[in-house]
Amino acid sequence: MSHVPSPAELDRFREVQRLAYRCAETVAAELEPGVTEREAAARMQAFFDAEGVDDCFHRPFAWFGDRTAFRGLIGVRQLGGFNPAFYPGLRRLQRGMPFILDCAPSVRGYTADIGYCGVIGENALLDRLMDDLLEYRELILAGVRARKPLAQISRDVDRLCARQGYEPRHKAYPFETLAHRVEVLEDDHKAEHLSVARFGLRNLGELIRAARNSREQGWSPIWNSGSRSEHAPTPGLWAVEPHLGFRHVGAKFEELLVVTDDDAYWLDDDVPHVRRWRQRGLWAAADTPSAIAGVAA
Amino acid sequence: MNAPTDPAIVPTASGDAFAVRGDGVELAVQQWGCEHATTIVLVHGYPDSRHVWDAVATSLARRFHVVAYDVRGCGESGAPEHRDGYALGHLVADLAAVIDHVSPDRPVHLVGHDWGSIQSWDAVSDPRLDGRIASYTSISGLSLDHVGDRLRQNLRSMQPSKLMQTARQLQRSWYMGMFQLPGAAPGLWRLGLDRLWPQILERLEGGAVPVSASQRRDGVNGIELYRANVFRHLSRPQPRRVGTPVQMLVPTQDPFVTPMLLDVPAAWVDRLWRFDLDAGHWAPLSHPEWVATRIEAFVDYIDQGIAATRFERARVHGPRRRHGGKLVVVTGAGSGIGRETLLNFAEQGATVVAVDINGEAAERSAELARLLDATAFAFAVDVGDAAAMETLARRIEEDFGGADVVVNNAGIGMAGAFLDTTVEDWEKLLHVNLWGVIHGSRLFAAPMRERGHGVIVNVASGLAYTPTRSLPAYATSKAAVLMLSDCLRAELADTGVRVVSVCPGIVDTGITDAVRFVGTDEAEQQRRRERAKALYQRRNLKPQAVARAIVDAVENPRETVTVGAEAKTARLLSRVAPRALQRLARLDLA
Repeated sequence: MSHVPSPAELDRFREVQRLAYRCAETVAAELEPGVTEREAAARMQAFFDAEGVDDCFHRPFAWFGDRTAFRGLIGVRQLGGFNPAFYPGLRRLQRGMPFILDCAPSVRGYTADIGYCGVIGENALLDRLMDDLLEYRELILAGVRARKPLAQISRDVDRLCARQGYEPRHKAYPFETLAHRVEVLEDDHKAEHLSVARFGLRNLGELIRAARNSREQGWSPIWNSGSRSEHAPTPGLWAVEPHLGFRHVGAKFEELLVVTDDDAYWLDDDVPHVRRWRQRGLWAAADTPSAIAGVAA
Repeated sequence: MNAPTDPAIVPTASGDAFAVRGDGVELAVQQWGCEHATTIVLVHGYPDSRHVWDAVATSLARRFHVVAYDVRGCGESGAPEHRDGYALGHLVADLAAVIDHVSPDRPVHLVGHDWGSIQSWDAVSDPRLDGRIASYTSISGLSLDHVGDRLRQNLRSMQPSKLMQTARQLQRSWYMGMFQLPGAAPGLWRLGLDRLWPQILERLEGGAVPVSASQRRDGVNGIELYRANVFRHLSRPQPRRVGTPVQMLVPTQDPFVTPMLLDVPAAWVDRLWRFDLDAGHWAPLSHPEWVATRIEAFVDYIDQGIAATRFERARVHGPRRRHGGKLVVVTGAGSGIGRETLLNFAEQGATVVAVDINGEAAERSAELARLLDATAFAFAVDVGDAAAMETLARRIEEDFGGADVVVNNAGIGMAGAFLDTTVEDWEKLLHVNLWGVIHGSRLFAAPMRERGHGVIVNVASGLAYTPTRSLPAYATSKAAVLMLSDCLRAELADTGVRVVSVCPGIVDTGITDAVRFVGTDEAEQQRRRERAKALYQRRNLKPQAVARAIVDAVENPRETVTVGAEAKTARLLSRVAPRALQRLARLDLA
């Protein structure tokens, strides 16, 4: 059940998460107009193959244009959100078109799951969404620190979306997932592991096992607004992925949140979206102690 | 006209009519008004003569020196001997000769309709006329080169939607193909189309049309305009930048022009404005007063900067959007249905004003609208406060030039038994739900009636006709809104102002977060709110659906709109089985 990784283990998770971001940033920097989602996803996979990634939570995803907002077929939520349109397709990137790269590599049993947004050129709407994501990062952390039930935090996220005028598009993910658990896998020294339908079998198995066991223990490895998330924050690692949509543009961040028995913190504050907020002068306010105290209160 | 000193002038019999030597042909010119005033030159289209402008010219002559002439081959003007004589270059030279004659020292304001507009586009982009044309008003006509360029782009793009657009426009241009057939079109005119024409026009435009003595000649010779120019320019378009300020007057019912073409000039004209009119192709005949007013306003704006805000709003910056140039005011725009409605109008080009008691929320909505490339403003106003609403209405009138659409949407929720509802509860609810609509209707409908156009949208509810013991106060307030709208609609019938009532069903908005459950304590109230919210979420009817219905009701002639199956079913029941509905009202839903 819930297990807080040791500092050494957390270091390994942090390393993988940085590798995942490095992959997204490298591939994003080389995206050019005309490239398809499949090509972008393949480039990410090639990057991981070269870096010795041996497994994944899921193989890399890429969404371009209005697919970043989960518009059209990709937004169909029947079948529990399992939807083939989710997978990278033949959409070609154009200038000014937003994109999301989402990848979840595992190295020697340690897994990261990250989301990265960008655009070739400029997109004012995307900029605004990415700016506004900051408030979600703070809200979620403050909620967990205050030991609020996870479902309630998820509903707070919904309310913030409503206030800001956005749609919570993570509700189009399987099980309307705002966040999901990430566990330490056993290191079997194999260079490759099976994936089925682009999901890593071992990580998926872990999630299913957790889902089965957690039922009696009164918690859920899937964190959403539903009644099964009506429990205090479970210690361990959560890959948190708020995904906002406004009209034809979507933006998300995804990164690991460390929940301990009585506290919580983001695994790493040196991530691209935080660096971006710093650059734009948005982060400064969040850095001051009073603001943190205010959020935590 | 004084005795001519210019050798090119040949006096004619009629007092105001005279001839000007054009580019090798003699042109019959007519003028109205004082020669010292600013000059406006009117160019007619096909198959008309200068008399198509008679009503517009008479109206403009009160303040301006107005000039109209028969284009070569038409009316009393001379005709070139060969088809080449109808090429646009010659038509522009004719126009230049007329301008030089009637206003040798000062630039003129140019107005063109149909083919008159086509040739005027060439004139305003022709270096020979640099500095001679102060402004250009185009009605139902585009530059053939601009159109040719767009067609070429569309064909090259190979995008199905663009090919479809092209096909639709070509379908509307069927007559142009017919004109290319030797003999066919001239034959029709000779066989009696000329005598039938006034009746056809009357049928098309719905008004009396003056009979022209030169109709057969206008019809037959004008065909040469098509034959000499259309294919040449569409197949080999030349780039034509236009520095002259241009206003397009767009009759939205024009059977010969599709919206695709109306977006064309934006790519070529630096300063472009656009005004729409619910009329057919011959607006100068069917709506002479409106056309004259718009020309006059444009001249005043260009020469003196009068009515700048109105023109600021009508300015065309990119591809045309459906509600471009309109001002839309939405109350309760800080969330839910109001915000979505505001954004939908913003997306379609309208300038939007977000009104909400929560100024921060209103500003956020305005900000989102700006992200959709709209001009947006926010006001923190309590809609039930008469003085505050009067101030708002005055500002909208004075600073924004008046609203085209007002959506009275602000409302609050209240649940619980009638006998538990206190006087304060009632006052609080009616203050927003009823007084807000009363103020929003009375303050904005009056100026709309004066202008002769506008739409008032009042958001009621499916509960307006669905009795229930669970929400008596709310349902009563909404029933009042529905009745108010019905009465006001009757009062404003035939004034050009429409009143729409919207009755949504169970829509998942923030209203459940703030709904007051009378006769309960805070904890119970919170519990019921959560329950209501869960119910609303399960129903999953989005504010977007209502917003779409509102925009649709503004675009199409609708009076009462219901949104959601429950609202529609209740509506039906209220008509066919009111007693059943009365029985259902006994169910306690809260």
